[in-house]
Amino acid sequence: MNTSGVNPAGPLRQPLPPQGDAGRGPVSCGEQDMIVAEGLTRSFGDRQALAGIDLRAPAGTVLSLLGPNGAGKTTTVRILTTLLRPDGGRATVAGHDVGDAPEAVRERIGLSGQYAAVDERLTARENLYLIARLYGMSRRTARRRTGDLLDRFALTEAADRPSGNFSGGMRRRLDLAGALTARPAVVFLDEPTTGLDPRGRADTWQAVEDLVADGTTVLLTTQYLEEADRLADSIVVVDHGRVIARGTANELKDAVGGERITLRPAEPRAVGAIAEVLASLGPYRPETDRRTGKVSVATDHGAAALQRALAALQAAHLDVRDVSLAPPTLDDVFLALTGRPRSADDPPAQEPGPPVQDHADGPEREPGEHHGAGTRQHAAHRRGAPAWRP
Amino acid sequence: MATVNLTAHKPTGPVGTIRDGLLIAERNLLNLRRTPGAVVAALVQPLMFVLLLAYVFGGSLGGAEYRSFLMGGIFAQAVTFNASFTAIGLAADMDKGMVDRFRALPMPRGSVILGRTLSDLTMSAVTLTVTSLCGLLIGWRLEGSALDAVVAYGLVLLFAFAMSWIGATIGLMARSVEVAQSAGLIWLFPVTFVSGAFVSVTTMPEPLRTIAEWNPVSATATAARSLFGNQAPPAVVPPDSWPVQHATAYALLCACAIIALFMPLAVARYRRIARG
Repeated sequence: MNTSGVNPAGPLRQPLPPQGDAGRGPVSCGEQDMIVAEGLTRSFGDRQALAGIDLRAPAGTVLSLLGPNGAGKTTTVRILTTLLRPDGGRATVAGHDVGDAPEAVRERIGLSGQYAAVDERLTARENLYLIARLYGMSRRTARRRTGDLLDRFALTEAADRPSGNFSGGMRRRLDLAGALTARPAVVFLDEPTTGLDPRGRADTWQAVEDLVADGTTVLLTTQYLEEADRLADSIVVVDHGRVIARGTANELKDAVGGERITLRPAEPRAVGAIAEVLASLGPYRPETDRRTGKVSVATDHGAAALQRALAALQAAHLDVRDVSLAPPTLDDVFLALTGRPRSADDPPAQEPGPPVQDHADGPEREPGEHHGAGTRQHAAHRRGAPAWRP
Repeated sequence: MATVNLTAHKPTGPVGTIRDGLLIAERNLLNLRRTPGAVVAALVQPLMFVLLLAYVFGGSLGGAEYRSFLMGGIFAQAVTFNASFTAIGLAADMDKGMVDRFRALPMPRGSVILGRTLSDLTMSAVTLTVTSLCGLLIGWRLEGSALDAVVAYGLVLLFAFAMSWIGATIGLMARSVEVAQSAGLIWLFPVTFVSGAFVSVTTMPEPLRTIAEWNPVSATATAARSLFGNQAPPAVVPPDSWPVQHATAYALLCACAIIALFMPLAVARYRRIARG
């Protein structure tokens, strides 16, 4: 274990720089930043939901808040949409302070997700019409806008059915349509695809991409790394109410480093033996997915490491049915950052060297054990965290 | 096209509150219309009280005369009980995330509660109509002038509106629909029964008697009776106290005082939701 004494979250979890850092003024002056949050804290009883969240989303971009359940994503969204007051810190949305000018914020935002709702006894059309009217539209404008939204979200056919009978995907589309009713400058989507089937998810992604094409700023929370990867211009990884990493999807992947070799044994029972061979090769500890019967391991040396691994397996007479070499997914990034047993314990060698080192008896992690601090250090040490700018 | 300002004319202040309140009320009534079961259940209760009191207790209290006397009390009681709908309705809206949906919209703070109290007022009007018809069936009659009858119904509805704001305050304070359901209902029994709505307060021990005499429910019931021209049978003749002599004025005063007190309380409570 690295015991350099660096603050575990140090290199990755930095507050926003002092204002004016990039020629940008304090919160109130960030004309190009549609969402700015600084040091947001919030507790519920003795549970600290937010321990200082800083965010910044330039106009027309998608910012993704990525984290597990209970990380503080929804609390952050609730504060930014004026539904909840923070204990500390401040935030502006579309240029207005959420605490001082909540009305102005509400006029400029749309909210969809976990804590927004559709009225189940109203039809889709009635739901949207109500929202349009409550945004202040005249009857005629509201009717027209409702019709447009029903078309756009493929709900015209179901428009006059009570929304309580809708499928999960249709409900989400209706909720999303409600959020976009007044063509808001900033849209908050709180886990918009949780519980959706793949098609529903694809539809939602398309809707978000359309929004961005229209110049809308989007804050999206998600537990799905693939979703953040696909949609977000920048990603903020939150855990336990703190930002533990931020950057683009590629920056995050770079910071974790390397690629992953994934192997499927020809003979399922050989999984253990294959894992042993792989473990003997490199600094990273292989993982076995019991469900898929695949073994995977990280490497910093790409194809060379793959060749070496296959050669070692062949020498051990272990056949492999298929094999892949792929860049790390955000899943790997996230797991590395939040300290689940997903990567090796020790920082890998930076200098060129043999692609594999005997490290089989290195310290191993127990699943569920909290090693977040160490892992974060590794990620930072490895690349000097160049991408992790605040 | 994409930049057309869709929401340029949103009114603010009291006009905005009433506009949005009416929109919410319309939504609530649409909800009610699609749950006929709930409406029927809400109507069964006052009818049950009419029949129970008229025929179980009424025989020993004056028979046909008591049935005529009873209806003023039933009206006051029925609309008081409707306050529990306000509590449950708001608690359910919070529970299902509708209140959050509304709170994220540019709506004046009081309009969601106003909408709920207005839709419950409509429900009270329906309750009054159905109970009146039931009263007519058991021998109750409008014995005063038509104008007085209109004033009587108006007074009862104003009282309904006032009680609804108490229900709203309870509903917004409740942590769950279940709590709202029991907390919104339980206080209604003493409030309606420690009153002159069904019996004479003269037989009650102190301090119940004084409480009952000044109870707004008593005042509303007494005022409705006197405006409808319904006489009290000998067994339930009310005392000749100030609130009885000035029942209409006192009932009006009570309703206004309750609104003046609980409207700001409920709205303050609504604002506090943001503090979680």
